[in-house]
Amino acid sequence: MSILVDSTTRVIVQGITGREGSFHTEQMQALGTTVVGGTSPGKGGTTHLGVPVFNTVADAVRATGANASGIFVPAPFAPDAIMEAAAAGITLIVCITEGIPIQDMIRVKDFLRGYPDARLLGANCPGLITPGQAKIGIIPQRITAPGSVGMVSRSGTLTYEVGSALSAAGMGQSTIVGIGGDPVLGMTFSDVVALFEKDPATTHLVLIGEIGGSDEEHAAELLARGTRLKTVAFISGRTAPEGKRMGHAGAIISGNRGTARSKEEAFRKAGVAVAETTDEIVGLLR
Amino acid sequence: MKLLEYQAKEVLASLGIAIPRGMVARTPDEAAAAASKLGAVAVKAQVPVGGRGKAGGIKLARTAGEARAAAQQIIGMDIKGFKVPLVYCEEALEIEREIYVGFTVDRDARANILLVSARGGMDIERVAEESPEAIARLYPNPWRGPIDFELAQLVYDAGLGELARPLLAMMKRLYRAIPDYDALIAEINPLVVTRTGDVIAGDAKLEIDDNAAWRHTDLEEKFGAVLEGDPYEVEAKKRHLTYVSLDGDIGIIGNGAGLCMSTLDLVQRAGGRAANFCDIGGGAKAEVVENALAVILMNPKVKGVLINVFGGITRGDEVARGVVTARDNLTMKLPLVVRMSGTREEEGREILKRNGIEPGASAWEAAKKIVELTRAGVQA
Repeated sequence: MSILVDSTTRVIVQGITGREGSFHTEQMQALGTTVVGGTSPGKGGTTHLGVPVFNTVADAVRATGANASGIFVPAPFAPDAIMEAAAAGITLIVCITEGIPIQDMIRVKDFLRGYPDARLLGANCPGLITPGQAKIGIIPQRITAPGSVGMVSRSGTLTYEVGSALSAAGMGQSTIVGIGGDPVLGMTFSDVVALFEKDPATTHLVLIGEIGGSDEEHAAELLARGTRLKTVAFISGRTAPEGKRMGHAGAIISGNRGTARSKEEAFRKAGVAVAETTDEIVGLLR
Repeated sequence: MKLLEYQAKEVLASLGIAIPRGMVARTPDEAAAAASKLGAVAVKAQVPVGGRGKAGGIKLARTAGEARAAAQQIIGMDIKGFKVPLVYCEEALEIEREIYVGFTVDRDARANILLVSARGGMDIERVAEESPEAIARLYPNPWRGPIDFELAQLVYDAGLGELARPLLAMMKRLYRAIPDYDALIAEINPLVVTRTGDVIAGDAKLEIDDNAAWRHTDLEEKFGAVLEGDPYEVEAKKRHLTYVSLDGDIGIIGNGAGLCMSTLDLVQRAGGRAANFCDIGGGAKAEVVENALAVILMNPKVKGVLINVFGGITRGDEVARGVVTARDNLTMKLPLVVRMSGTREEEGREILKRNGIEPGASAWEAAKKIVELTRAGVQA
């Protein structure tokens, strides 16, 4: 078992003929992901990487019965790609694209209210992977191993680092979910934690947050209401100064809001173990 | 991009919002000339941070001489780390009352929010904490913007019914900053009601989304060069690096924002202080590493550099070769510690060792190592 994606998920790639789209489609296929097609306007009717290419998502869904999509199109076109996927009936939309304007995402979020069955992951995220089964996005399979630890994170490489450490220690993962580093996102920590809570194959949880916003605090409130998952949280950006954007558009402390301290406090209050460094995560999770 | 007050006001004026008459002054003489033209003026430091008044960056001047003296004091002064490049001399207003009006992004709600309060002039966050009922709020539909009746309700909720007509018109114009300029913050505080009943923007705050810069290249061209800013950040921007200057002495390069931030945290934990945040993204090609190292080495405070790269798809031997090439091309002599993991990390470590670069066993070991080496360097 797992959450959101497994070997039966029928995936299309929006922007499949692009450089990034091609490269990562091959990686997804190598893991065994059921990639049923892709889109690339004007290239409908052709075949790429052994799967059919369509002009639009609606065409792709009609022909293949796809229910999930990975988006690899450039930022100016990504908001439209997300809405197109939702309108075509895709229920899991994973947007890898980085650098989408916030106002575009606010309009997209409003649009998605009309499609309550569509879940959006990202944008500006590494996607998700269920080790040994399937992935949508760019998380390298190599750092993962099948198991029962659920992982949810705002960061890419930091997730890979922790994933490797867990795998090396014999603690495989049920699913790893990267929610992304933008201030206006699709799924939140709380959304993903709630799914892990209901997944019988997940027994442990690692949550990797960072400065900015209050999504970590909301997840802590959710965990405080009771959880069966043995959980460890880690927050990066303890030493980040106020008012400076640390790489991710969403990683910024404004006034006294969004600090690593307030997030760590929230988790401690919820009875969740807080790792001071990533090296401590494995030990605390045992 | 955070616009300076005079820049924000220029944008607001283009949207049809009333602003006081004002002139930019780069020298005390220009400030004196502005005062002789405008009469009594407020001489205001132009920096992209709040709290200018408290820092002594705003002075009233009744005469040209007073304006010259005020500008003399203010230009070049340091306000929260920003050197004041110029002042804005603005006609003094006859203030009857001060109102707060501002759009901002409510991250939790993933929506824009419009806030209005009769208690303008104050720090709105303090008003929100002390008396949240004094602020009226509206989440406008992001596709069509606010509708008149929604704005009217807001104005009455804020207890500003007698100003409904001018406020409605003003808020509709201010809203245009969102779709037209990708504003993340469009705030007027105070919005001044004068003794003659005019509604004028006393101050203005406008922040444009950097992710949308490609839609507003005109703004960047017109306003981007005014603030000199941190020289290393300026250079890094030219080289397309994600770089933030900090005040320590250990240069940091990492790939990925989260990993890079956690590396700063580790250095601090080991007793050191990071000189910067620098995210080189995936790939970690030799050219990018070299660009990042070059910017970091511009800073004379830097006593050593820590590189922390996690190779997801990137191979360790490639990263190692890139680092060695970059160091050799830059003839770097400072201590350098490289921690990397991923595919072929063993080969990568061998390459580093052969070239006299310390490979860190883990991120934490590497952080301790660079702190130790930079300390030794100081003593020697």
